[in-house]
Amino acid sequence: MKILVCITHVPDTTSKISFTDNKFNSSGIQYIIGPYDEYALARAVELKEAGKASSVTVLNVGEADTEPTIRKALAIGADDAIRVNANPRDAWYVASQIAAIATAEKYDIILMGRESIDFNGGLVHGMVAELLGLPSVSPIMKLELDGTKASVAREIEGGKEYLELETPFVAGCQEPIAEWKIPNMRGIMSARTKPLKVVEPVNVEEGISFVSFELPPAKGACKMVDATTPEKLLELLKNEAKVL
Amino acid sequence: MSVLIVVESVDGEIKKSSIEAVSYGALLAAKLQVTPVAIAIGVQDQAALQALGKAGASKVLAVASELLKQPQVLPYASAIALAATQEKASVVVLPKSTFSDTLASRLASKLKAGAVTGVTELPDTSAGFKVKKSIYTGKAFTHVEVKSAIKILTVAKNAVQPKEDGGAPAIEAFNPSIPESDFKTKITKTEKASGDLLLTEADIVVSGGRGLKGPEHWGIVLDLAKELGAATGCSKPVSDMDWRPHHEHVGQTGVKVSPNLYIAIGISGAIQHLAGVNSSKCIVVINKDPEAPFFKAADYGIVGDAFEVVPKLIAAAKNYM
Repeated sequence: MKILVCITHVPDTTSKISFTDNKFNSSGIQYIIGPYDEYALARAVELKEAGKASSVTVLNVGEADTEPTIRKALAIGADDAIRVNANPRDAWYVASQIAAIATAEKYDIILMGRESIDFNGGLVHGMVAELLGLPSVSPIMKLELDGTKASVAREIEGGKEYLELETPFVAGCQEPIAEWKIPNMRGIMSARTKPLKVVEPVNVEEGISFVSFELPPAKGACKMVDATTPEKLLELLKNEAKVL
Repeated sequence: MSVLIVVESVDGEIKKSSIEAVSYGALLAAKLQVTPVAIAIGVQDQAALQALGKAGASKVLAVASELLKQPQVLPYASAIALAATQEKASVVVLPKSTFSDTLASRLASKLKAGAVTGVTELPDTSAGFKVKKSIYTGKAFTHVEVKSAIKILTVAKNAVQPKEDGGAPAIEAFNPSIPESDFKTKITKTEKASGDLLLTEADIVVSGGRGLKGPEHWGIVLDLAKELGAATGCSKPVSDMDWRPHHEHVGQTGVKVSPNLYIAIGISGAIQHLAGVNSSKCIVVINKDPEAPFFKAADYGIVGDAFEVVPKLIAAAKNYM
């Protein structure tokens, strides 16, 4: 049972976002493994530790600056890593790269986060699955394996849906699919020597392009209402904000 | 040529976000001078199908197949791709949801189409085809040019005002033949909090945080939500501690909401929580700490003890609403 976990290299969730010359301003930004991707990775490592998976490979589509992020994934417990040496231009581009790798390597399960937290597309898992002719489920918050049979729980609006499917498949993950894993010293040390293969991208036709970026308009001052007269709030919401 | 709009339903009932998507599709079709066609899977009620006309669809493809009663990504993607081909769709519009984002991704691969999820406005078609979407979980926006012949969009809440002035649509039965391999994934069980307003659909959301001190104090949140006709949410620590179910977690890694009114009780306003609510039209914060960062992102605020303020607010709402 070979598991591939695809990870993104994204700004930390507390980052202040800004743009300079129509480009993301990365100065002072701390980069992390996408939090949803990290849950997917943690589950894959748990499955391996439980003897249900034989190997966990991480894959990132990114330029050389993503390698510290990939090493962190190795420290968490992946066995080896692949970096497709390219700027992850858009979902279709990334999905095409993943599909090209997966076609050659034949993974039983391909996991990733439900969406990246930078462009919030949520498209890659479905595209990979369609390119490989596999089923896909997302967002899943439980994944159990019994041989080649998987049972998963998918979050739906206002509840959960339980599904069964056979490997191979693709899934987008979210918490609480696994315990959050903090790499230990042994993991960090061994991550330095685990194999990290760099491969060149396949050509993909451009379907969309990001033309420009902007920040949301600044919020006006907060109007305070006295705690002893909360009915005033309702009046303001009705007559001023017109939202009641 | 057409704009094909995918209608999502829950137990045969059309979701409000789908009515917005149909309105969006109809306005877009008018812009492109093509026909707005809706595809409704698993909706039997004729009045509900007629309502799609009111929202702007001039034709409705009704899929009655028993096999497709429950939403499933693979067969739905096959059915919609067939409809898109039959109707010569240049754009496929879906309401944004976790289900339709996955659907959109499969359609994009099937139709060799460029896809953008969570668009917040009608496309700019003056030169090319540009859409706006929020990125970095609401902390920024981008304008995306879609260059492919067929385009796929999922539409965020409040992208357009829902239309109600449309006419009676032509309702056609549509019976796509779905490959058997699409049914390999089996739904074994569904758990749903029944009767609850869907968080993503609600016009008003009332959320509680750690300031409420324990799940036993959630009554005031639920009561206020009931008085206002609101859905209830919570902060991440609250769902992590199992005070509330995970599907109520609002924030960067939980549900993103964009209601007209968001009321936060006892939530300090960590940047990750704000990321899930910053597209709300109006934000009210009730917190006893005047320094809570949430006030900076709020439109209205009350500094006070939730256990005193909220019951008074509930009483006031009873008289006021």
